[in-house]
Amino acid sequence: MTQSSNNVLDHFNLFREPEYIEMFENKKKNFEFPHPEDKIEEVREWTKTWEYREKNFNREALTVNPAKACQPLGAVFVAVGFEGTMPFVHGSQGCVAYYRSHLSRHFKEPSSCVSSSMTEDAAVFGGLNNMIDGLANTYSMYKPKMIAVSTTCMAEVIGDDLNGFITNARNKGSVPEDYPVPYAHTPAFVGSHITGYDNALKGILSNFWEGKERTANGKINFIGGFDGYTVGNLREVKRMFDLMGVEYTILADNSEVFDTPADGEFRMYDGGTTLEDTAAAFNAKGTISMQQYCTEKTLAYVAEKGQEVAAFNHPVGVAATDKFLMEVSRITGKAIPAELAKERGRLVDAIADSSAHIHGKKFAIYGDPDLCLGLAGFLMELGAEPVHVLSTNGGNDWLKKMDELFASSPFGKGCHAYAGKDLWHMRSLLFTEPVDFLIGNTYGKYLERDTGTPLIRIGFPVFDRHHHHRYPVWGYQGGMNVLVTILDKIFDEMDKNTNIPAKSDYSYDIIR
Amino acid sequence: MSLTTEQVKARNQELIKEVLEVYPEKTAKRRAKHLNVFEEGKTDCNVKSNIKSIPGVMTIRGCAYAGSKGVVWGPIKDMIHISHGPVGCGQYSWAARRNYYIGTTGVDTFVTMQFTSDFQEKDIVFGGDKKLEKIMDEIQDLFPLNKGITVQSECPIGLIGDDIEAVSKKKSKEFGGKTIVPVRCEGFRGVSQSLGHHIANDTVRDWVFDKSDDKHPEFEGTPYDVAIIGDYNIGGDAWASRILLEEMGLRVIAQWSGDGSIAELENTPKAKLNVLHCYRSMNYISRHMEEKYGIPWVEYNFFGPSKIEASLREIAGHFDDKIKEGAERVIAKYKPLMQAVIDKYKPRLEGKTVMLFVGGLRPRHVIGAYEDLGMQVVGTGYEFGHNDDYQRTTHYVKDGTLIYDDVTGYEFEKFVEKIQPDLVGSGIKEKYVFQKMGVPFRQMHSWDYSGPYHGYDGFAIFARDMDMAINNPIWGLTKTPWKM
Repeated sequence: MTQSSNNVLDHFNLFREPEYIEMFENKKKNFEFPHPEDKIEEVREWTKTWEYREKNFNREALTVNPAKACQPLGAVFVAVGFEGTMPFVHGSQGCVAYYRSHLSRHFKEPSSCVSSSMTEDAAVFGGLNNMIDGLANTYSMYKPKMIAVSTTCMAEVIGDDLNGFITNARNKGSVPEDYPVPYAHTPAFVGSHITGYDNALKGILSNFWEGKERTANGKINFIGGFDGYTVGNLREVKRMFDLMGVEYTILADNSEVFDTPADGEFRMYDGGTTLEDTAAAFNAKGTISMQQYCTEKTLAYVAEKGQEVAAFNHPVGVAATDKFLMEVSRITGKAIPAELAKERGRLVDAIADSSAHIHGKKFAIYGDPDLCLGLAGFLMELGAEPVHVLSTNGGNDWLKKMDELFASSPFGKGCHAYAGKDLWHMRSLLFTEPVDFLIGNTYGKYLERDTGTPLIRIGFPVFDRHHHHRYPVWGYQGGMNVLVTILDKIFDEMDKNTNIPAKSDYSYDIIR
Repeated sequence: MSLTTEQVKARNQELIKEVLEVYPEKTAKRRAKHLNVFEEGKTDCNVKSNIKSIPGVMTIRGCAYAGSKGVVWGPIKDMIHISHGPVGCGQYSWAARRNYYIGTTGVDTFVTMQFTSDFQEKDIVFGGDKKLEKIMDEIQDLFPLNKGITVQSECPIGLIGDDIEAVSKKKSKEFGGKTIVPVRCEGFRGVSQSLGHHIANDTVRDWVFDKSDDKHPEFEGTPYDVAIIGDYNIGGDAWASRILLEEMGLRVIAQWSGDGSIAELENTPKAKLNVLHCYRSMNYISRHMEEKYGIPWVEYNFFGPSKIEASLREIAGHFDDKIKEGAERVIAKYKPLMQAVIDKYKPRLEGKTVMLFVGGLRPRHVIGAYEDLGMQVVGTGYEFGHNDDYQRTTHYVKDGTLIYDDVTGYEFEKFVEKIQPDLVGSGIKEKYVFQKMGVPFRQMHSWDYSGPYHGYDGFAIFARDMDMAINNPIWGLTKTPWKM
């Protein structure tokens, strides 16, 4: 017995004690009927080969460790970005438990959302009664200013008619006649969470905009897209807009609700785009989206209403931020102030200071399509090579854009993009064509363990590191954060690889 | 708290009345049946349970898929569990339950991987059976050391009329009798995770027990063979339990299902006794093994020294003196450690109150562990309990305890706000709500990324964790001083 009250051993160390190790060995030997060790080793080695990679890439049906989630997650993410809004997901209730858990695990924040709790009878007769009762309950209990409805795949498969159901519920008095209940069909078997973001946002905007007369003003609308750094990013964007004197409306601003204080009060709702501003956003001069592939339908809708639209691909770094700010300046007619130029200079300075450690390093990146474009662009700006760029929810259009990006820089030579592939494909890429670093979300730690490629956590979700969502990755200051995150890992690896006394520690330098 | 029991009861009754006021009339009527104040001497908690959640109220419950893939089947480490349907379910549940296991992931074990058929619109329209066949071929090809496959159905499967049983049978035959288990755990079935547990149990019966002749004839039984049933090895719980059973002289031939393997499932009918921790999720298969193979089963509780001691004796009671002596030896061996843990933490925790809302067995099972530390559970409820759970709960709870079944977000928040317990133990969805309110919190599903909490080794960790939650200095700083 090694447990003690003075030095409590938990799972990290307890199970490395001899009595447990012996227990594991006996369990395996006597009861698990395992494959022979050499067979396991042989297969393990085989999975590292080109032969395995080819088999792996020939997969047509099976998906293993994908880097995407389903539509309603994006819809919930959008809904909580509006003032006092409760996301209401029509369909099975387990889905909602999953979205809430997923968002809470990333942001370390509460995530409020309700379900219409459809079960077998609703599968047969449709979920109308669930909608009628559900809206009435949510309205009375949680007193939202708006209830934003989306759907799980169950409701989509049986073909529930949201518009009809909501009208019906209104007629039955579930919510007042003029109460906003925007809706979006968000089938999980189409697209991914970024599609759900798009559909839900379009649903909310059209709820406020349809049938209205537009009188253009000088303001702009800003859309962040599905973004794990939404808290830090939206605050940074507001700061930059304020410095420029831009008049703006952030649509789906969830930067407050995903960062509420612990001061004795639970805020189910906090901040968010006001409903008034959402309606008034119709009159804006233009709308800027930070993530093209999160807002394809929304921007088309906005453009159709007569606004100028501009879409970026999750801009990170100097040139991408330049382009973003210059576009904002062009649309609004506001100059970019000296303070931002100074911040730009500081980022350039920092890159110059550190570039020797990044230049020529090879990276693999995976994530949402816009994030991949943004990060790959930044890496090339640093003189690094984004050798493998993979997006499970990226399509052919994204692939083309990636290829154009690679072609735009000598550091893109020999780099490849992979659309619709998963992290098991990435595993083969990392074994057969190794790189120095991997950039991805928390799930990338399994690739780090298997292939030894150090993981730099940038993406969504990040469950196993805390609070990074509070720091921006957009703007020059955001670029600085990304730069430092990458550098920290590079230096840590350098030290880790040079710390054996009398063997490698001559390079264990104090100054780098 | 200096309230008398009668005052507590009156306050709790008043609280129930108060929360019900917010609901529309019909909903208030339905919810009223799930809330009660426990009266000592009653054989039941007098709440309705295991019935449909009400739409729109923010239930904490999950679904049948979560009960099957997430709980029962997912931890079986040498099989591949396909999340069959759209990508989300498998993604959100990917490696989230901390079912520890030992193996080379991706080669001979697969627990922390997400295998999905990633349904697209065409699969919904034309059906997914052909795709499922191809998936199984690809699994065989790329993961040749897998020892079986399960098909964990997501909502669309049952709605579009796919025949996953036919596919499974066909492929099993093609792969030389490989165990392939179709599980009809679509999320819309039943009212919670609970039906998923039951369905998953039934598939072990039908597709593992009934399908195979003795696959391991070389397995030699002993009179002391037991199987651990209903321990998912969260943070290593089953390991911290197994070690005690082995120390007392028993031979644990299977773990269901944390760190479990298909061979262990197959050999379980050779056990002399099934020891059952999570009654809710695995009583079904225990009853089946009793009926079919004559294996008795006994419920046990490995939270906290009082319950562990009683459980070790109860388990030993099914065996001869050698085991009974073994149990006493184990109890004696750990007594000094337990005393040291209590001496260290009880002074820091004595008199503190706890409110729980969890799943499975924990709303009652952990009460003894808190009491060992001098703490008192003043409110508890089950996410997906049945009536037999609430009956068993009466053996644990004190007079006047607030009972809430399938609690809604609103009710739980109000209850905690009014009762002001020193600690809330619930899940990830609840954690940050209460921490914002300044109430110390521990996740009691995942052990808040700590553990194990089972067994003697686990109790030391449990005590440390409860202390660090309650006595965290930050709770003294939640109020802004210039606003006080």
